[in-house]
Amino acid sequence: MAKKPNNKRRDFLQLSTVTLGAVGTAAFIWPFLKSMSPAEDTLAAGSTEVDISAIEEGQSITIKWRGKPVFIKKRTKDEIEAAKMVQAGDLRDPQDDADRVQKEEWLVLVGVCTHLGCVPLGQKVSDMKGEYDGWYCPCHGSHYDTSGRIRKGPAPKNLDVPPYTFLNDTTIKIG
Amino acid sequence: MDQNRKVHQFKNPVLNWIEFRLPIISYFKKEYGDYPMPKNCNYFWSFGALATITLVTMIVSGIFLAMNYTPHTDMAFDSVERIMRDVNYGWLMRYIHSNGAAFFFIIVYIHIVRAMYFGSYKYPRELNWILGVFIFLLMMATSFLGYTLPWGQMSYWGATVITNLFSAIPIIGEGLKTWLLGDYNVGNATLNRFFALHYVLPFVIFGVVGLHVAAVHVHGSNNPDGIDIKSKNDSVNFFPYMLIKDTIAMCAFGVAISAVIFFGPNLMAEVDNYIPADPLVTPAHIVPNWYLAPFYAILRAVPDKLGGVLLMFGAIVILFVLPWLDRSKVRSCNYRPIYKWFMMGFFVNFFVLGYVGMLPAEGLYLLIARVGLLYYFGFFFIITPFVGWIEKPNKLPLSISDVYAKNIASNIGGGEKGMPSPAMQKDTNL
Repeated sequence: MAKKPNNKRRDFLQLSTVTLGAVGTAAFIWPFLKSMSPAEDTLAAGSTEVDISAIEEGQSITIKWRGKPVFIKKRTKDEIEAAKMVQAGDLRDPQDDADRVQKEEWLVLVGVCTHLGCVPLGQKVSDMKGEYDGWYCPCHGSHYDTSGRIRKGPAPKNLDVPPYTFLNDTTIKIG
Repeated sequence: MDQNRKVHQFKNPVLNWIEFRLPIISYFKKEYGDYPMPKNCNYFWSFGALATITLVTMIVSGIFLAMNYTPHTDMAFDSVERIMRDVNYGWLMRYIHSNGAAFFFIIVYIHIVRAMYFGSYKYPRELNWILGVFIFLLMMATSFLGYTLPWGQMSYWGATVITNLFSAIPIIGEGLKTWLLGDYNVGNATLNRFFALHYVLPFVIFGVVGLHVAAVHVHGSNNPDGIDIKSKNDSVNFFPYMLIKDTIAMCAFGVAISAVIFFGPNLMAEVDNYIPADPLVTPAHIVPNWYLAPFYAILRAVPDKLGGVLLMFGAIVILFVLPWLDRSKVRSCNYRPIYKWFMMGFFVNFFVLGYVGMLPAEGLYLLIARVGLLYYFGFFFIITPFVGWIEKPNKLPLSISDVYAKNIASNIGGGEKGMPSPAMQKDTNL
């Protein structure tokens, strides 16, 4: 051994080679992973306009928005009262009824249970509506009230309120 | 480089030509010809072979189904019905494939019960056990993906519920779910990728099965007495003895699966899956395939979303560490007077969990599921380490052939149970 090998130089070369290799591999994998995310046309699914003039008080309709069911319900006086009576602080996902509606007779919800994604029952007159007279998810027994808030069962959150605007008194634009 | 290596010589010159270039002939002769099997192995030891045969059957029937299947939300359901009605023998392919999946799980569950009861997971076969649990995980993933493909109501809502499990993960959950689905809900992107993955995973399973078999061949198979082979007297060659035995098991299995395929092909199917998928209507009861029901019962037994998901996956992951939770050196439960009963209790409990997993999660069923959940984890975390510590195992036989000598002696001499046989005494004196 005439000369001690230059370890610093060797370490630098090894480290930079491994780093470059790792970055290169990650850069190569990224497009493959990203290709599994929703495609552009899926993202552009956009908005839906709904005519609500034919909905009677107490009636609820289901429309499809971005592949999901959306509930549009014209609530009765009693239902509005029941929803307002609740102290938000007592709820699992505290929210006042006023924060969940734009006009208090119209309740707009994404009809997807926040537990594991089933569609809750309660849209038809004959459906089970659960203990709080709103919606009831048959999959794992979550009960929602007349504001679509979780009251009992395994679901962690209230039914989502989608973004929507009243274009006029008889038309809602969802999305 | 290695011109001096010893090359096996066969009578057939063609075999010699191949063997010189690729020693595959001697490999098969060693692993499947002369491979020593403990001679006391019972029919429980045929289920590995049965599982391999079923895997091949599933791959073959699946390839032929794929020739007629269309992975598109508008056409998937109809293409499956076309397979059933118009494609020549399409009904047979599909019933073989759908019932084959159920039988695959029956076989693998028996295979796992065998491994647990007779302690096959212990030293030196721990890695073998780990590979096995890995195969089990892959099987569950594959069967879930495959169940989505017919695009019936159960397909759709099963996929929705299972993929929503990932949304329970804090912060990244929702994003992860969307990434897995390729959409905000189960849709065409989901069906396409599920088909692609369902096609490829069985080949991955096949590869891991290769490792699983290679690993068991290193130290040889376990046996009902859980003791090692000590002399040539303790074993028989795989060919022809075990091959014939496995063939008989295969015939019995063939009768059983044929009875279901031809006389009750929908016994294990859910009626709702013959209704096309409807994203706006959830069926009243979403039930998983029965072979996944015990884990589904655990999921529903917990009143918290994240907790349920963690325990469900935990129930599978815990299997990986079983070889280290069990501190007893005695493998077979036949020689473990206390643990034996807890082990049997575990099997019964698993069955009960599966039963309540198929029923609505309310009232008494929910209570049973919670008790079952406690026993499931209690068995691994408390009973297994604790019993291994306090239990005094029965005396192990000196060798496998000694078990036979003892049996023969007691048959001839009518020796009382528990009395040491002459043969055993003789060996003890050695």
